[in-house]
Amino acid sequence: MARNILVVGELDAGAVSSTTAELIGQATRLADGGQVSVTLLGSGAAGAAAAAFEAGADRAFTGDDAGYDNYNSDSWVSAVENAVGQASAEAVFIAQSVVGRDMGPRIAARLGSAVAMDCVDVTDDGGALKATRPCYGGNARATYGFATSPAVATIRAKAFDPIAPRAGASGETVDLGAPAASRTTIVGRELAEASGLQITDAPIVVSGGRGLGGPEGFEVVEALAAAFGTNRAAVGASRAACDLGWYPVSQQVGLTGKVVTPDLYVAIAISGASQHMAGCSGSKMIIAVNRDPDANIFSAAKYGIVGDYKQVVPALIEALKAAS
Amino acid sequence: MHFVVCAKQIPDPETPPSAFKIDAATNKVVPAQGFQPVLSQFDGIAAEAALRIKESAGGDAKITVLSMGAESAQAAIKQVLAMGADEGVLLQDAAFDGGDSHTTAKVLAAAIKNLGDVDAVFCGRQSADWDMGQVGLLIAEELGWPVAILAKDVQIADSTMTTTRVLADGYETVAQALPAVVTVSNEFGEPRYPKLQQIMQAAKKTVTTQTHADLGLDPSEVGAAGSRLKLERLFIPEAGGMVELIVGDNPAEQARNLVAKLQADKVL
Ligand SMILES: Cc1cc2nc3c(=O)[nH]c(=O)nc-3n(C[C@H](O)[C@H](O)[C@H](O)COP(=O)(O)OP(=O)(O)OC[C@H]3O[C@@H](n4cnc5c(N)ncnc54)[C@H](O)[C@@H]3O)c2cc1C
Ligand SMILES: Nc1ncnc2c1ncn2[C@@H]1O[C@H](COP(=O)(O)O)[C@@H](O)[C@H]1O
Repeated sequence: MARNILVVGELDAGAVSSTTAELIGQATRLADGGQVSVTLLGSGAAGAAAAAFEAGADRAFTGDDAGYDNYNSDSWVSAVENAVGQASAEAVFIAQSVVGRDMGPRIAARLGSAVAMDCVDVTDDGGALKATRPCYGGNARATYGFATSPAVATIRAKAFDPIAPRAGASGETVDLGAPAASRTTIVGRELAEASGLQITDAPIVVSGGRGLGGPEGFEVVEALAAAFGTNRAAVGASRAACDLGWYPVSQQVGLTGKVVTPDLYVAIAISGASQHMAGCSGSKMIIAVNRDPDANIFSAAKYGIVGDYKQVVPALIEALKAAS
Repeated sequence: MHFVVCAKQIPDPETPPSAFKIDAATNKVVPAQGFQPVLSQFDGIAAEAALRIKESAGGDAKITVLSMGAESAQAAIKQVLAMGADEGVLLQDAAFDGGDSHTTAKVLAAAIKNLGDVDAVFCGRQSADWDMGQVGLLIAEELGWPVAILAKDVQIADSTMTTTRVLADGYETVAQALPAVVTVSNEFGEPRYPKLQQIMQAAKKTVTTQTHADLGLDPSEVGAAGSRLKLERLFIPEAGGMVELIVGDNPAEQARNLVAKLQADKVL
């Protein structure tokens, strides 16, 4: 059944973000002849519309205004509400990002409908949309249907593939105008220097846990990451290690940290609690070093070494160097 | 000032995956043997945030704890009372069963309206069972108040709530006029641990119980009847294959064997 879908887009340095392209991709698969629209808010939005059309959108609702930069909840919610109306959207897809975590529930409430947060799958089941999401700290998954319309879903990065770009595709652009007034004043922002490879982009992530025994254990983990080659591996950490102050919270992997999906995830002295696995179970391959053969991490790993990381990791570094 | 802390009781999220079971017929989690339900972690942190503001105001604030749940949720309320909150309200009614985030927020918002003079509502960033992260935002929408999510710091002064919130790559500080809602994240820090004396005092604090009738809500607006998101299936995702433990006479040989496997699998 044809359905109109609106994707709440995000700009990354003025360009359509990779997750936005993924969401548009899935929207084209589920629209079934309906229209796919996207909202683009912030400086450069008008210029980014072309890329959204190539990614599969039929219509772009743009607000090319610096007042939309740095997501401000109220003005974004009003703009998206306006676009949902104009697009007659029966579904709204938003990334599970700083934007989506706030926008999802608020726009659903405005529209008198419901949102499923942090979805890893959205499918068409005999004409009705179904959303599947992890819950219970990653121990379970839940599939939901919607009793109200539009169905709103916030969706994880990399849950879907973008479509092959439709080179030169064009579409209709609708101007959403300047941002509406907001009850929220952004007083200040403090952004960490995004230096080097990010754990969310790196092909390999090497993470350390409480079993490292102290912050100096992370030096060993960093050395292992470096042994995989220049700009190949980024270093992550478990919540226990971050809570102890051994590694920056920005590197935390898991339910309340970052979700990573590398080709290879290396867990060093991490027990593999469900809330940690919630952040790394989408990795193509997991390998683990742990001295406890019954550690839960081994139930998710393809390969494991049972032993003390203080012996195993230096040996791994040597073996990687010898192999390269 | 009057603050509300929304506190939910949940199955212990630290239950090991091996003890985690689902009853497929009812789409419910089977309580694990030997694990007691607990106060959802982030709600304890939300209470801590409210308490610190009360203390910095020289104690000149009242904190009411709200929990929607079964009779057992009294324990979650008592825990926040022992931390230092003043009163508790248990929102308990069979009509609330089978609801979703929308109906939960509807009930909590109605209870907040009933209290009358609330300046700020403190929620957890997400409940540590369903991991939704919606109810704080939905309460704000029900009440027409501004909301700031994922707080690592909250201050209240001169009728303004100033929140430092966690972004993907840093922090942002926002200011909003009261009344307002805030959802508190783990970056805020650890909640305090009540002393024995406080636990005994908490036993004497008032906890009232309210139903849909007390809140002026119709049974059709709450619980399963009022819910918009319908749970159709709850299941445990399939585990991957068996782990291959790499053997060898010593760590060096194990390491070489592992690297050889990774090369054979073309991940290196
Ligand atoms: C609501 C909620 C949200 C959460 N969110 C997250 C999250 O986002 N991310 C996260 O990681 N956790 C999260 N947690 C915490 C999670 O439940 C675990 O407590 C945490 O992941 C444990 O971290 P760990 O594996 O480093 O420590 P532990 O569980 O203490 O494991 C340490 C491991 O190291 C091993 N070890 C010890 N010494 C050595 C050695 N010398 N050599 C080799 N191995 C050794 C031990 O055998 C053990 O398996 C959350 C919890 C809750 C309740
Ligand atoms: N049944 C409930 N009773 C009291 N507070 C709740 C309840 N459900 C959710 N909350 C509050 O809303 C927050 C977010 O919950 P959720 O949207 O379910 O993840 C929780 O951390 C609590 O502060």
